[in-house]
Amino acid sequence: MTQTDLLAGLAIEIVSIFALIIMLTDALVERSTRLCETLSIVGLLGGLAASAYAHLTMPGQTAFNGMIVVGGMSTLYDAIFCGAGIMTVLLAREYLTRVGGMFDEFYTLLMMSIAGMMLMGHSADSMPMFVGLEVMSICFYVMAGLMRNKLSSNEAALKYFLLGAFASGFLLYGIALVYGSVGSTAYSAIAAKALSTQFPTLFWVGIGMMIIGLGFKVAAFPFHQWAPDVYHGAPTVVTGFMSTAGKAAAFSGFVGFIAPTMASGVPGLEKAKVILALLAVGSMLVGNITALAQTNVKRMLAYSSVAHAGYLMIGLAAGNAAGWTGITYYLVAYLFMQIGAFAVVGILERENGGNLTVDDYRGLARRRPGLALVMSLFMFSLTGIPPFAGFFGKYYLFNAAIQADLTWLAIVGVVSSVISVWFYLGLVVIMYFREPLGEMEGGEASISSRTALALSIIGTLLIGLIPQAIINIAAR
Amino acid sequence: MLTLPIEYYLTLSAVIFIIGTIGVLTRRNAIIIFMCIELMLNSVNLTLVAFSQYMGDMAGQIMVLLVMTVAAAEAAVGLAIVLALFRNKQTVYVDEVNVLKW
Amino acid sequence: MSLDLTFFIILAIMAAVSALMVILRKNPITSAMSLVLHFVSLAGLYLTLHAQFMAVIQMLVYAGAIMVLVVFVIMLLNLGREEKMAVRQSARAAIGIGASMVLGALLIWGLTQVMRPVAAGSSQAMVNGQIASVGKALFSTAYVFPFEMVSLVLLAAAVGAVVLTKRNLK
Repeated sequence: MTQTDLLAGLAIEIVSIFALIIMLTDALVERSTRLCETLSIVGLLGGLAASAYAHLTMPGQTAFNGMIVVGGMSTLYDAIFCGAGIMTVLLAREYLTRVGGMFDEFYTLLMMSIAGMMLMGHSADSMPMFVGLEVMSICFYVMAGLMRNKLSSNEAALKYFLLGAFASGFLLYGIALVYGSVGSTAYSAIAAKALSTQFPTLFWVGIGMMIIGLGFKVAAFPFHQWAPDVYHGAPTVVTGFMSTAGKAAAFSGFVGFIAPTMASGVPGLEKAKVILALLAVGSMLVGNITALAQTNVKRMLAYSSVAHAGYLMIGLAAGNAAGWTGITYYLVAYLFMQIGAFAVVGILERENGGNLTVDDYRGLARRRPGLALVMSLFMFSLTGIPPFAGFFGKYYLFNAAIQADLTWLAIVGVVSSVISVWFYLGLVVIMYFREPLGEMEGGEASISSRTALALSIIGTLLIGLIPQAIINIAAR
Repeated sequence: MLTLPIEYYLTLSAVIFIIGTIGVLTRRNAIIIFMCIELMLNSVNLTLVAFSQYMGDMAGQIMVLLVMTVAAAEAAVGLAIVLALFRNKQTVYVDEVNVLKW
Repeated sequence: MSLDLTFFIILAIMAAVSALMVILRKNPITSAMSLVLHFVSLAGLYLTLHAQFMAVIQMLVYAGAIMVLVVFVIMLLNLGREEKMAVRQSARAAIGIGASMVLGALLIWGLTQVMRPVAAGSSQAMVNGQIASVGKALFSTAYVFPFEMVSLVLLAAAVGAVVLTKRNLK
């Protein structure tokens, strides 16, 4: 271990150390909420700075004997995780106090989960990927059950835990079989030795089980059943965080081992592409069509996040450089619009699950014009209407599919985007053109919540205006 | 010296993995489901140790150590979740926990 | 029949039967005890692979720590026999069993094609299974980072268990 290794992992180290500092602050200082909040933001900004430093000074290098890689896409992943963390910290106190889940341990768990995600984003080997995934997942199980006096939150935590641990079993078996067939856990060994392995069947069974395991984690069809319940039952700020940063982390793990597999030229690649494409098609259609039938906004966004996992899997199925950068760009765009939408839902939500149905949003434009406008902007972006970020995200992914001779997949993607117009823009119509059913309480946002909303608006617009800058960072 | 063919170990671990999977999918008791997940993780450990020893590579055994740590952590968190649930609704049966339906 | 094979067969049967008992017994305590037996037989299998350190850790962590916790919670919640074991929707169970059978067939078919030459690295196995080799590897440049990071898993679990169950949090 040398100084270079430590510098390469500096971003992860800073966030982990801040997680420990926050844990001790929480234990030793009375009434520490605001202090923990500040420390979290400082730690996450520090992580961002360290990541940018590593990106500029050692792009594409590996450290710790090829365990982690720095620069390029991993920098963008860090930005996603830290950005999501900062916005969640800004939103959390107001919301959690209202619904009765305000424990200062939340900040410790949030920081630890971000450290785990960053480890996943940086991993160049399935061992740190697995460790990062588990750090993240264990924090998520607890965060989903944070409102511990509410049955819905307990249920979300239990379902998430059981299915998450089950999925980890599959992922792990996949890792073990790939390890046995190429002789190493490193991703570079997959690219180098998969072609010459004596056990191609074992290799493919292993890759298949890794796809099943991570498919659960990204909530792709047919492994998505847990997502609506968990996203619905968990506290809304946690849902926003899990469905953006958690999904991004799982996709970073996916790209990590699918990219070298695609590059290895091992026989059977075409079939794997078809299977990934079918998973993408299933996720897009099932997610969007089921979302049509939902009357609860949180549940609708949960199903639509299944559909977004489908769009992202188009990039995996394409299996080319355009696909990887497309996935990264889409994840950045998705972060801002999805976390923004959940922020609005969280601001409107009352204790005991009030103000969550579509009917509660009727006539919102007249009562809370600001929130209605912001929500409409996120809905437009999630649908994929230019010039917002969501449009370019889909454009790059569909473009990657066409480059990979999967034009039919791009067409299915466009069709399912059209389906999603119905419920995304349907919500906008309800907010602007329907009469309210009764008086509405709530909807007041604190300054920090407003800051988080402003950040996500700026992100959604800015990422849409300068798509090429993001692509350039990813490609470095 | 290792004299047995590695397939013996791999096949045994596949059988145990499948037994665990069937248990997870069929039982109702959350704690039993958790034990079945432990069965699955253990079968993977057997595969990893077998590969590690037959290939003369340490990575597999290190991985097993990490898996054991994760399993211990999952036990603590999982049982805490079960306890929190039990306080609100006196049950550990997953099919009786169903408030989240639209 | 060689001594190795005899040991393997005995331990393998023990492991498989106790695994079956875990999923088939109605009383959760019986399931838990079968799982302990399963862990012990796996530790024996690690010994036949010359992975001594893994065998010891298996006993300490799984049989010693995890199962004590599980049995403790079962006792605490005073769980009795389950009269109706299977999940209500039998369709789900049927699909599950079918899918796992297919998966199992696929796995075993894949595994029987392995036929790795026994000699590959097996002379190294005696040394590699010892605690000295494991310890050196654990703190080598390659594995030290994941090893340090996995401590976060334990810490997160400790914090999480407190958050979820402590009666009076400030």
